[in-house]
Amino acid sequence: MIRLVPRSTASTFWQIATPVMAVLATMIAGGILFAIMGHDPVTAIRTIFWDPLFGPAASYSRPQLLVKAAPLILIASGLAIGFRAGIWNIGAEGQYIIGGLTGGAVALAAYPAEGAWIFPAMVIAGAAGGWAWGMIPALLRNWFGASEILVSLMLVYVAQRVAAWMAFGPMKNPEGFGFPGSRNLQQYPAASNPELIAGTGAHWGVVAAAVAVLVTWVLVSRHIRGFHIRAAGSAPRAARFAGVNPATLVAFCLGLSGALAGMAGLFEVAGPAGQITDKLGTGYGFTAIIVAFLGRLHPLGILLAGLLLALTYIGGELAQLTMQLPAATVQVFQGMLLFFLLGFDVLTRFRIQRKGQS
Amino acid sequence: MIDPLSIFLLLLSASTPILFAALGELVAERAGILNLGVEGMMIAGALAGFAAAYATGNPFLGFAVAALAGAAISLLYTLLTQVFLANQVASGLALTLFGLGLAAMFGKPFEGVKAPPMPDGPFGINWIVWLGLLMVPVIWWFLNRTRRGLILRAVGENHEAAHALGYDVHLTRTAAIAFGGAMAGVGGAFISIATVLQWTEGMTAGAGWIALAIVVFSSWTAFGVLAGAWLFGGVTVLQLRLQAAEVDVPVQLLSMAPYLATIIVLVLISARQTYSRKAGGAAPGSLGNNFHALR
Amino acid sequence: MQRRTLLASASAILMALAVPAMAQDEPLKVGFIYVGPVGDGGWTYQHDLARQAVEAEYGDKVETTFIESVPEGADAERALTQLALAGNKLIFATSFGFMDPVMNVAAKFPDVKFEHATGYKTAPNVATYDARFYEGRAVIGTIAGHMTESNKIGYIGSFPIPEVIQGINSSFIHAKKVNPDVEMKVVWAYSWFDPAKEADAAAALLAEGVDVILQHTDSTAPLAKAQEAGAIGFGQASDMAAFKPSPRVASIIDEWSPYYIKRVGAMLDGTWETGSSWAGIGDGEVVIGEITDAVPAEVKAEAEALRDKIGAGEYHPFTGPLNKADGSEWLAEGETAPDSDLQGMNFFVEGITAQIPQ
Repeated sequence: MIRLVPRSTASTFWQIATPVMAVLATMIAGGILFAIMGHDPVTAIRTIFWDPLFGPAASYSRPQLLVKAAPLILIASGLAIGFRAGIWNIGAEGQYIIGGLTGGAVALAAYPAEGAWIFPAMVIAGAAGGWAWGMIPALLRNWFGASEILVSLMLVYVAQRVAAWMAFGPMKNPEGFGFPGSRNLQQYPAASNPELIAGTGAHWGVVAAAVAVLVTWVLVSRHIRGFHIRAAGSAPRAARFAGVNPATLVAFCLGLSGALAGMAGLFEVAGPAGQITDKLGTGYGFTAIIVAFLGRLHPLGILLAGLLLALTYIGGELAQLTMQLPAATVQVFQGMLLFFLLGFDVLTRFRIQRKGQS
Repeated sequence: MIDPLSIFLLLLSASTPILFAALGELVAERAGILNLGVEGMMIAGALAGFAAAYATGNPFLGFAVAALAGAAISLLYTLLTQVFLANQVASGLALTLFGLGLAAMFGKPFEGVKAPPMPDGPFGINWIVWLGLLMVPVIWWFLNRTRRGLILRAVGENHEAAHALGYDVHLTRTAAIAFGGAMAGVGGAFISIATVLQWTEGMTAGAGWIALAIVVFSSWTAFGVLAGAWLFGGVTVLQLRLQAAEVDVPVQLLSMAPYLATIIVLVLISARQTYSRKAGGAAPGSLGNNFHALR
Repeated sequence: MQRRTLLASASAILMALAVPAMAQDEPLKVGFIYVGPVGDGGWTYQHDLARQAVEAEYGDKVETTFIESVPEGADAERALTQLALAGNKLIFATSFGFMDPVMNVAAKFPDVKFEHATGYKTAPNVATYDARFYEGRAVIGTIAGHMTESNKIGYIGSFPIPEVIQGINSSFIHAKKVNPDVEMKVVWAYSWFDPAKEADAAAALLAEGVDVILQHTDSTAPLAKAQEAGAIGFGQASDMAAFKPSPRVASIIDEWSPYYIKRVGAMLDGTWETGSSWAGIGDGEVVIGEITDAVPAEVKAEAEALRDKIGAGEYHPFTGPLNKADGSEWLAEGETAPDSDLQGMNFFVEGITAQIPQ
């Protein structure tokens, strides 16, 4: 018999090795899947993992990786802080939607004014909207002991319906011939979030994601609050003696992750998506939870995990395009990748021992 | 005027898929498992059930196969969370993604064909609707009046203590997850076999997510789940019914209402537990946490 | 040395992967992006049938590819760009929500021609196309008016947008023509495809006493409900032949093949020009599926006669005198509706008592 023994600190070797092993395992299992479905497995794997980076159209798809990964990384960086402290915000999708709505509302209200203040005001409003939406579960937990997991999840559904209401009603484009959806902010220069340097894909959201990775890294490794967070996650009672106020920590973590998710929503509305529609929430908030875990809750890991997921999205599209691989097959493949990454993680956290050994 | 009985009859069948899925998730959550993969398990059941009903011409066999399919795909989640001790939330999300893709992939041959007709049950109400209603007291009885139900709740409330008492936490949870998968599968199959009579990609259209909300609304009780399923199904039925009767309704605001009600219920029961120290009613203590025996 | 060979062979592989130079006898590459899966049995399914018809028509002279299930917004822009980069010279974008992404990508690829379904923005290399579904609705409305015994017809609308409102008005006008007592009940599902909700909507209409259901949503759930209640309905988008002969007594089919074949032919001849196509029964883009024997022969004959008259251009479904629901005059005696009125249609005609949600 074998048994799992928890490691006191996560193994650095396995932290690097397990993602690699998981990707390799996915390639093998996925290759078998593609072969069964009648596609050439080698070409398929190459198309998904290699071509977006080095294929014939890579000069376009490489920047697109940043566009796709930025919201995931931005949201996941915030979530990971809470997850480390044992505070489970799984409603980032809702905070993302509300941030997009509040930030977008500033632009729609200002239209057609021009001014350098508009875009910064939108970013602040987006962050504030996400923060406020995140504070609801925080306060309900602090005041009434309501589970923040469940409240934040319920608020996703509410946010989705608020978005539909806005897209069909108050925020509908008055010049849109009755079609749902707001004005396109890409066509409103003062409010748009364009590519900053042509050909890089980098918009303000990418910049914000990079900043978020750095700041959260400093926060968890250098700042006193980072110590509180780690303490609360690993030994809640001891943390209390060390002067950590649990209520403050809950408010801080949910507020921070909400604000980052709200900013991500705003950057998407003002940039790549361009408008507020009922389909504003495209699942970034949920995918970011997976990214946070794949990144082992570490800022650098999150950066890589976000890029890896973006790679499979874009590679999956390429596989559809060049090999006519059905979207469903690509989705199954992505599911496999997540399963393997989540499963192999056991090796970072546990040692495998034969029973009887000590 | 709108006849309440007619609304109730609409409600019975409209709420059946979410009732099944939510009852299954209830049992899983009482065992401490927060499985966000309900949507993935439902769609697996919707396809497998439809395929079996179509191939054999027997809709009831279809529901049986749907239960097996839902339980089978839930094993992946079990493997991740019980063996590899992966995070439950992330694993559930992955299961939903995987299930939707898998069903779409294997569903191709079943597009465009029609399910065999289903005989009506008593009072012209579908047999599966009756089964769903029957499952409510059965699950209540199981959770509250049987030894195994007690063990399951103990595992969900405090897995360390349950383990110390000698109960097998992983085995209990594995069974609860599989039961949840089977129920979700039947719920999904109700959509394909009894409601639409066809298979189409993505046909559960978010029902699994509603089921998750219902369990919270229910305060983790079987009869609460029934009330929740009727509330959530009822709001949809009522707003459509009012539209048909040409009453002006704010559709988006109305469809938001049950979720707000759920949050309010959750806050009330949590507050009761926090301030008056009355046990029961709030979320299971170990919900969402994985268990690893140190000894 | 070894390393150098490795690099050299890697770059050789990359060279081989690069897009081969276009020769004169290369097939014309035609790309499609779909908003749903090809297996949706409705909207996207019909577009994909038309894609296959293009392949059948031109054989080796064309090569088609598609990307399915592309969310509207940022992902659509990337998918369109990928199609353009992959050498597609003509790209069909088959959802209204792809409009702004198409305009953005078209500006970057002036040599690539784009065809956008149901939108209203054109450019020198962007044409739009749509079908006059309201012509088919007139035929279906005629059948519905004859077939109803309760004199109540139900209509499941997706979203209150001009295309759907045209259909409701057209079917009501023609039902009323053959049955002056007829009433129309309208329910909005706020979804193009949600089987459970469509079933609920159908049930709500049936409870209101309707015995004929028209739908502008894509699933067969309303037909299944109609069957249960002994009512009838019509196939939507695709033929929905599995429900023949009843409850599905006829259908209104989106038939994009004639347009796709024509436009691809124009590309092959070098005669492609931008424009806005809005064709109907006459051009074979709106097809009435088999009217089954559940419909009395004289009703069937009348419906077919109306279909042929519309097809021949002898009759316009919106011919005055017609008033708006608020009682104001819309079209005078003998006047036909200008296209501009239809494209922005946001009112019901007189006799429909339901309100359009604002």
